[in-house]
Amino acid sequence: MTTTAHVRPNYILIWVYLFVLTVVEVGAAFFSGIPKHWLILILVVLAVWKALLVALYFMHLKFEGWRLRLIFLVPLPLAFILVVTTMMEKP
Amino acid sequence: MTHATATANMMHPPVPAEPGAGVYSNKLGMWVFLASDVMFFTALIGSYIILRFGMTEPWAAPGAVLNVPLTGINTFLLICSSVSMVKAYAAIADGKKYFLRPLPGKLMRDGGLKFWLLITIICGAAFVGVQVYEYIKLVEHGFTPAGYREGSLLAEHALADPVKYGAATGAMYGSTFFTMTGFHGFHVTCGVVSMLYLYFTKVLPEKYSAQDYRGIEVVGLYWHFVDLVWIILFTIVYLI
Repeated sequence: MTTTAHVRPNYILIWVYLFVLTVVEVGAAFFSGIPKHWLILILVVLAVWKALLVALYFMHLKFEGWRLRLIFLVPLPLAFILVVTTMMEKP
Repeated sequence: MTHATATANMMHPPVPAEPGAGVYSNKLGMWVFLASDVMFFTALIGSYIILRFGMTEPWAAPGAVLNVPLTGINTFLLICSSVSMVKAYAAIADGKKYFLRPLPGKLMRDGGLKFWLLITIICGAAFVGVQVYEYIKLVEHGFTPAGYREGSLLAEHALADPVKYGAATGAMYGSTFFTMTGFHGFHVTCGVVSMLYLYFTKVLPEKYSAQDYRGIEVVGLYWHFVDLVWIILFTIVYLI
């Protein structure tokens, strides 16, 4: 899933990271007693971290050229704008 | 000598890049599709966030209605399928078309494309199966896309504890939950069907080689994206 030749990532290590992060997420959500607003922030950070691991190493985005990275990145600010502007809309 | 054996532990593109975007057209097409799918899921997740946090009435607490341990296991299944998919990709990049081969001096066997893709298909199908089971159980207990069904077990719980079960927002919760997870489940099903098609028409007849394995790369990109979306959905829908 890459444009140029590169050293193969350690996929099993990424899998271990994803597993550990999932366990931490579930643990934090149900057994930590962290205040709600902090908990939401922590869970979102963990989810983004996991999603980045998948995109960078399994989809090999880390090793792609800038054009493909751009295709993947362009919708993200648009998505952010979509959600924020809708939330700001007065009823 | 294939380019895979020439440089051990290196990943190469399956075919030479085409002028323009610098990749072959099938892959560029998949990335453009994935970019559009990002917007599609953003619309769904964004609507959920706006509806949920725009409500003055409480939403059901995490784990009150949904079976989080079961879905946690399902999440793990999908993560495993992503690893097996990337192992299938690495196997064919090394020219390993076989199922399993003994490793000299070791008890373990070396998995090839046929093995790893089959594991991916099984994990993907299991994910869909568990999701269908979850839906059946939820509807049995009274959680439907229209909210808590009158006279059901969950409707009684919601009456007894309206804050924990989000009695006033049950209909909104039901419709957003089934829409988001349903569309994701549809994506997973499409991925499993695509992989089954490739397995029987290309992988078993050994049509892929270390020189050309575009189909595996393209379907792999789709599969990892489906995993990525579920990682976000699991957090937002089940844990928060």
